[in-house]
Amino acid sequence: MASTDQDISLSASETLAHARRVDAQRKTRARWILLSPALILIGLFGLMPLSITLVYSFLKPGSFGGVEWVFSLDAYIQFIAQRDIFDDTLSINWSYLSIFSRSIGLSLGATIGALILGFPTAYFIASKPADQRNFWLFLITLPFWTNLLIRTYAMLLIIRDQGVINTGLMSLGITEAPIEILYTDTAVFIGLIYSYLPFMVLPLYASLEKLDLRLIEAAYDLYASRFRVLTNVILPLAKPGIVAGCILVFIPGLGAYITPELLGGGKKLMIGNLIAIQFGSSRNWPFGSAAALILMAVVMVALLLYVRHSAKEGHSHG
Amino acid sequence: MPVTQNMNQLEPTVLAKSDADEVPAISVQGLVKTFGHGSNQITALDDVSIDIQQNEFFTLLGPSGCGKTTLLRLIAGFELPDSGTVLLHGEGIEHLPPHMRPVNTVFQSYALFPHISVADNIGFGLRMLGWNKAKIANVVEKMLDMVRLSDLANRQPDQLSGGQQQRVALARALAPAPRVLLLDEPLAALDLKLRKEMQIELKRLQDQTGITFVFVTHDQEEALTMSDRIAVMSAGRVLQVGQPKEIYDAPEHRFVADFIGDINVLPGQVKHRQNGKLVVVIAGGSEVHLPDDGIQSDSLFVAVRPEKATLAKSGTGVLSGVVNNIVFFGSGTNIHVSLSDGVDFVVQTQGSETGLSLGDGVSVNFADSAAKILRN
Repeated sequence: MASTDQDISLSASETLAHARRVDAQRKTRARWILLSPALILIGLFGLMPLSITLVYSFLKPGSFGGVEWVFSLDAYIQFIAQRDIFDDTLSINWSYLSIFSRSIGLSLGATIGALILGFPTAYFIASKPADQRNFWLFLITLPFWTNLLIRTYAMLLIIRDQGVINTGLMSLGITEAPIEILYTDTAVFIGLIYSYLPFMVLPLYASLEKLDLRLIEAAYDLYASRFRVLTNVILPLAKPGIVAGCILVFIPGLGAYITPELLGGGKKLMIGNLIAIQFGSSRNWPFGSAAALILMAVVMVALLLYVRHSAKEGHSHG
Repeated sequence: MPVTQNMNQLEPTVLAKSDADEVPAISVQGLVKTFGHGSNQITALDDVSIDIQQNEFFTLLGPSGCGKTTLLRLIAGFELPDSGTVLLHGEGIEHLPPHMRPVNTVFQSYALFPHISVADNIGFGLRMLGWNKAKIANVVEKMLDMVRLSDLANRQPDQLSGGQQQRVALARALAPAPRVLLLDEPLAALDLKLRKEMQIELKRLQDQTGITFVFVTHDQEEALTMSDRIAVMSAGRVLQVGQPKEIYDAPEHRFVADFIGDINVLPGQVKHRQNGKLVVVIAGGSEVHLPDDGIQSDSLFVAVRPEKATLAKSGTGVLSGVVNNIVFFGSGTNIHVSLSDGVDFVVQTQGSETGLSLGDGVSVNFADSAAKILRN
């Protein structure tokens, strides 16, 4: 009797295990079917162009654009060094490195500027009653209704010598001559902040909105002044939003094209413009590809360093 | 900041008993607080005056919306009064922001800082006061020991159970040795068994530290168990202040009688007043003799606690009626008697055997001293 019971329960458990296996297989298949459109899109328009770029960066430029299928490291060498025309010796070429460092500097500056402007804005929205927040968020997203190119032209009109700012300052007698903003780094800097500020405000808002106001009260109750409530409670808790906002401003800022092209006047290049020129007038596709990959590598290394740092920090907490 | 300097002393004994008899720890006078404007205006506190003595476990008791939490927030400094004063050990503090008041709060939701460890949470107030690290570590260790959480010092708050979080919140608020500890329904989120344990724990901590506790709750049993004195609040007013026994045995107000424990309330008419006595006619024409406390109105309410009344054979007691329900609750039984005028009167008896069944005619007896006059 006992043995039969065992047999039955054994076969029952086998049936159950089989049913579970079939069910798991079905779920896996469904998952892949649902994922496939996204995967095809990423493969076709993400990975393939990237692979082409990678291959091109190791080739020689064709005389009229395109590439010659000859392996070469020239594109990467060209980025940091120049070859003497007479004796083929290499010396460091600062022109591209300075464009690269200007890009990083401007993008970093714009990120910090956007954070300083965006944080109070996001906090203001998050502290509004829930039914009014959507209105303010709507205002933040309003610029997206107009193309960035057109908005950048509008900025050009505002900051140029005969623009609103300068005529205003001069008519008030604050300055005699127009302040030269357009076609300087300052113009690019202002343009970058303007273009990417919403990308800072939105993630900041998302993390500040979740902030428990009672924590602020608790800190205030425990002898923290307003400033120390900010530095000891609000900022640490808003850190995920700050990091997300900074990444969303810094990375597109680094590769910005329209803003430096129009407001920098083609004189103050950023790396995005350099890459564009290589595929256009300079007809050096391998060099353009190499510059793009170097930019990507720098961004990836920076992000990896951050992830490792925060993982370590999280570990020491736990 | 003379007020903020004294609180750095941790030794609870600094609050000398002689001092305690003179100046109240907290004295609020004529506090008025309204929220909103125009037709939406709500009066949260309507001319509230209370003195809370030093070293006292004082409870603000009332239903939700009665203003007890608003009063607590006014003492903490999260709200400013429309008018009235808040004195802490005789000094006016109503103009000070929360971080300048030597008063700490235990929040209903605990409000532990999720990004720092248990030890850092407890040391937060001391860090903000600018103590050096060694002294903070010392106090944090003492606090952890006091709330029995020494093993969990390095955990994050989200790794603790509700009861443990509650104890961290307590330790965090007690660490700076505040003059007064404010507790805003701190046990409401705990299950019954844990709540009972924490009630004892809280009482122990109060004895140990000698800090004045102002405790807000809507749970009358909790208030009776823990408090030295209770203020019963309703609709922004304080109805009665007294020791738990006074509040329970001699409620002055119908609301207080109803809110605290079970009570039978009978409408009555004053028949005549003589020699400081009132003769009141209650349901069914029975007369009770009550001390005249100067009540003006001739129609009043008389209250009798269920455990102060007894049942007798039909026709021999003060009131008569019919048994309409028998409810056993463990340590005793409640017998609901439907009186001749339709009012339900509950009598509490010991044990489970009553010898009664539904529909039996019975009499209800109680001594004159068990009956209390209520103001409406």
